[in-house]
Amino acid sequence: MKRRNFLRSSLGAGLAAGAFMSFSRYENALAGKPLPSAENYDLIAVMGGEPAAMFDMGIQSLGGMGTFVRKGQKVLVKPNIGWDVVPEKGANTNPALVKRIIEHCYRAGAKEVYVFDNTCDNWIKCYKNSGIEQAVKDAGGKIVPGNSESYYHEITIPNGKKLTKTKVHELVLESDVFINVPVLKNHSSAMMTGALKNMMGVIWDRGYWHRNNLNQCIADYALYSRKPSLHITDAYNVMMRNGPRGVSVADLSNMKSLLISTDWVAIDAAGAKMMGKEPSSIEHITLAAGMGIGKMDLASMNIHRLKM
Amino acid sequence: MKSSALKHIRTVFAVLVLLLFAFLFIDFRGILGDKAFGPILYLQFVPSFLKFVIAGVAASTGFIAVLILTLLTGRTYCSFLCPLGILQDGISRVGGLVKRRFRRYGYKKPWTALRYFILGITAGIMALGGVYVLTILDPYSTFGRFMTYFAQPVALFVNNILASILGKFDIYTIYRVDIKPYEIVAYIIPAAFLFLIGLLAFRYGRLYCNTVCPVGTLLGFLSKISLFRIRFDDAKCTRCGRCAMSCKSSCIDFLNKTVDLSRCVNCFNCIDSCKENGMSYGLVRLKKQPGSDETTDPSRRGFIAGSLVLIAGGSQLIRAQGTTPTPTKDSTVKEDRLYPVSPPGSAGIATFTSRCTACTLCVNACPTNVLQPSVSEYGFAGIMQPRMDFHSGFCNYDCTRCTDVCPTGAIMPLMVEAKKMTQIGKAVFIKENCIVHTEKTACGACSEHCPTKACHMVPYEGKLLIPEIKDEICIGCGACEYACPTRPYRAIFVDGNPIHEAASKPEAEELKAAPAEFPF
Repeated sequence: MKRRNFLRSSLGAGLAAGAFMSFSRYENALAGKPLPSAENYDLIAVMGGEPAAMFDMGIQSLGGMGTFVRKGQKVLVKPNIGWDVVPEKGANTNPALVKRIIEHCYRAGAKEVYVFDNTCDNWIKCYKNSGIEQAVKDAGGKIVPGNSESYYHEITIPNGKKLTKTKVHELVLESDVFINVPVLKNHSSAMMTGALKNMMGVIWDRGYWHRNNLNQCIADYALYSRKPSLHITDAYNVMMRNGPRGVSVADLSNMKSLLISTDWVAIDAAGAKMMGKEPSSIEHITLAAGMGIGKMDLASMNIHRLKM
Repeated sequence: MKSSALKHIRTVFAVLVLLLFAFLFIDFRGILGDKAFGPILYLQFVPSFLKFVIAGVAASTGFIAVLILTLLTGRTYCSFLCPLGILQDGISRVGGLVKRRFRRYGYKKPWTALRYFILGITAGIMALGGVYVLTILDPYSTFGRFMTYFAQPVALFVNNILASILGKFDIYTIYRVDIKPYEIVAYIIPAAFLFLIGLLAFRYGRLYCNTVCPVGTLLGFLSKISLFRIRFDDAKCTRCGRCAMSCKSSCIDFLNKTVDLSRCVNCFNCIDSCKENGMSYGLVRLKKQPGSDETTDPSRRGFIAGSLVLIAGGSQLIRAQGTTPTPTKDSTVKEDRLYPVSPPGSAGIATFTSRCTACTLCVNACPTNVLQPSVSEYGFAGIMQPRMDFHSGFCNYDCTRCTDVCPTGAIMPLMVEAKKMTQIGKAVFIKENCIVHTEKTACGACSEHCPTKACHMVPYEGKLLIPEIKDEICIGCGACEYACPTRPYRAIFVDGNPIHEAASKPEAEELKAAPAEFPF
């Protein structure tokens, strides 16, 4: 019912917006089919807008969501919903961004869009107070529990140095498309959390990672075959210290930025820079780059910088 | 009133009350709002009494209402409002279905000495400042434990099967909840009482209520002089004995046409059973009832003597118990926890253990499972009283659920902001156990979870960081201990504050302005 309403209202809105946008450079942002991309960007960096608007603008540079989502596919969108805090605290992915991404997925023809996280605080409170549960419902997506070990199934990572097997949520195994939507934050364990670190929310036993060289495990997991095809890092309100939970809003820097990439090492390297850290100082980034998971040398990248 | 409608009204009312209370303790999804608990629990006798007398909450007048109700109507409480009593009626009914013989009760003599004796111990020990006997005998708490220990796992099991089926159809409104058993020792008392009460109710109706239950005995004193009571209509009674056969309290002596009002729980089955309309419930008639006033009661003497001995003994027990538990572990054990951690709002260990009847309502209501029944952490007498168990969960920073639901005043209400500043314990770091120290790899799971950053990371060797604790801003929530991945001993644990303290607010410095250009 909600979805039908949504589609109906979006159709109306779409027509109106279409008329307005037909002369703008965003005309194909919501068209749902891949655009002929002029350049092969390693990273899209947007600054100065609201999260949803920045995403609308940024995803266009990669040819729109249709590049990643085909008609009839099951999509998993994995934000960070780790903490029982309100959106203003910046500890979870911005709900407006999550909502917008799901809408793009549906317009690209997704059959269903799922969202979950294996939270740190009580999952019901996290889902609710982060605003993400409501955002997902508003966008017509499905928010799925990740609180019980029975949802997780063992997978193997043949080339992992420390992590060779771990239990992942069944949605990772069942989805056709996997979109990673971390929030950029300071992190007491891994120094920084972004795309690579966000995967600790799709597995069950985080303690094992902590016991067995955390940074190596984070890098090792990125070798697992079912990897996200798109990474979208929320850098709107960036927690500069006391992460990943944060103590107060005084910990936040209002960067109003968004990063998009298909390379999670690249997007994390850019995230580190945003936080004033050298990518090489973040161990899991250097480890992942060293293992050939992605590129960390920002100077050699084709970056599309967008200001709003 | 002579109508058998009374029995039917009682049955319907009681079933609703039973369902409500069962739901209260099985509600693992937290459907009931924080505000619902107060009114629902208001009339539960023991919690209300404790909250009034020990916690000093003047508004906790439910037990007075129950006393007045009993003076007016008899032990209506036992059949209409006591969940344990209603549960027993249900069990008796099943018993009667299994064996017809179990349905026929008949008059039996009361266990007067035993009744008074048990009430005496309970009252005596309470007078000396110990809630320990009440913990075991309070009918409301006993019922709560039955639900929490035994009914909830069954409910979760059914829920999880449903969730698995619905999950296949992408429906997640019902979600799985892992069944996590408590420490096995904590089950001993609830299991023993389930067996005892179940057996007695199955075969003997309300024998438990009229022999063991201290509330039943206490209310029995008042119901003897109640304004409304069950009575025989001499003219109509044919002494057929049906009433006595139907009496779950075995308190109707139909040959003498008397009802032992101290045991009558106002179930009204006798009225319903009488074909001659020879029994009714109504205002007392001022006539001397034959046999109701014995001049001496030898059992009463026994009771008084017994109580005196027990009060004397009880005082020794309590003295041995001390006001706070003694350290349970010696210093050679790595996690050298001197004190258990009592929940926020309990003010301290001594206050908490002197008020809590281990009804387990908070254990259920707690969204993180950090509240777990204790075994010996509070001392032997504190068995089943909940403690903060940071291996099961940690205290959610913004949550005050346990303080909202506690009916006895063992956990007093706290505002969220006050709760965030209440230090129930302090984190202690054991460097020798820490991954960073032993493995020379990064960890920081403790600091990651810390809501105040009392546990923060400081430079160690090379690029590594290692935890350090600022005592003054630690609130003892146990997130660090829960998250710490080392086994069997954690590298960080919370040592309880015997008396809760106030934590300081974490300080925050100004940040540099956000970059205006991309730094890459």
